[in-house]
Amino acid sequence: MADANDGARVGIVLVSHSKQVADAVASMAAALAGVPDAPVTGAGGLPDGGLGTSEEVITEAARRVDAGAGVALLADLGSAVLTVKTLLAEGDELPDPARLLDAPLVEGAIGAVVTAAGGGDLAAVAAAAEEAYTYRKV
Amino acid sequence: MSGKVTNGAGEGTGGSAEGWDAAFFARWMRAAADAVDREADRLTELDSAIGDADHGGNMRRGFEAVRSELDEGVPATPGSVLMTAGRKLVSTVGGASGPLYGTLLRRTGKTLGDAEVVTGEELAGALSAGIDAVAQLGGAAAGDKTMLDALRPAADALADSGGKDLRAARTAAEKGAEETTGLQARKGRASYLGERSIGHQDPGAASAALLMAALAEAGGEAEGSA
Repeated sequence: MADANDGARVGIVLVSHSKQVADAVASMAAALAGVPDAPVTGAGGLPDGGLGTSEEVITEAARRVDAGAGVALLADLGSAVLTVKTLLAEGDELPDPARLLDAPLVEGAIGAVVTAAGGGDLAAVAAAAEEAYTYRKV
Repeated sequence: MSGKVTNGAGEGTGGSAEGWDAAFFARWMRAAADAVDREADRLTELDSAIGDADHGGNMRRGFEAVRSELDEGVPATPGSVLMTAGRKLVSTVGGASGPLYGTLLRRTGKTLGDAEVVTGEELAGALSAGIDAVAQLGGAAAGDKTMLDALRPAADALADSGGKDLRAARTAAEKGAEETTGLQARKGRASYLGERSIGHQDPGAASAALLMAALAEAGGEAEGSA
């Protein structure tokens, strides 16, 4: 599955309006996955720490976790989703391949990080995150 | 004001009978920065009624960054002016309007291609392509109480006049923006308000009308100073 990437893991970027939310979800996902050095990072808020979405913060985070096996991005809502989609559609700022996962931020992050830490490729990471929508809570 | 306008001459630095060059598009973006700066408080006030009260500040920050970029040098073609401006908006606005306006300008610019001078018809077509990209990105349609309700009528009015009547585009955008007051929001944060969003003008449609007014202003200067 990861043959072509020499064991490199897929990087995960968590995009939120809030830096605290993004960073906290990243550390929770790594902890729940039992992999302290999991390839996941938060990309929340504006460069000055305020609430919002920043292309700069997202692209820097993506470069940080890119190990050559691709980068998966999860986003919370509104401008976070739109900014990632715009970067994917128009720009060359993100590592290649990069993909926005259709998944809820918190639940999707857990599935994505567990799968990426275990060596799953980008398609497997995406499938794991997107499965979060099939789990009904009521 | 930068650059003289040479109507009908090949080496123009603005608008002409044959079309518009990079200087014209830079003037459009600067006029938009002026308008957003002037109207920032009103945009924020509209946004505080049905959104999160940051639209004026966000748009001002974005278009000031566009202005600074153009002050350092105007790209050579109309398309590259718009793509540069769009890229700047995506990276500086910080709210949903960044990727939305960024996509509008980038896709419009990309559609204009490498031409050094574009006709009004080409602009109308490219603008329409840019608006399609915005609709696709945001998943919104006409009547959802968004910027599309100002942009689409403006692009249609421009196309109907064969790309000649920038004032008609402006008027159509302003009318479209005003008419969002009676609509219920179906996209973005305002949609959570349901029926309570009725009775307030959409801030994104209001800023889109400013963008179209700035286009007409840039065109007016091109006509007026020959």
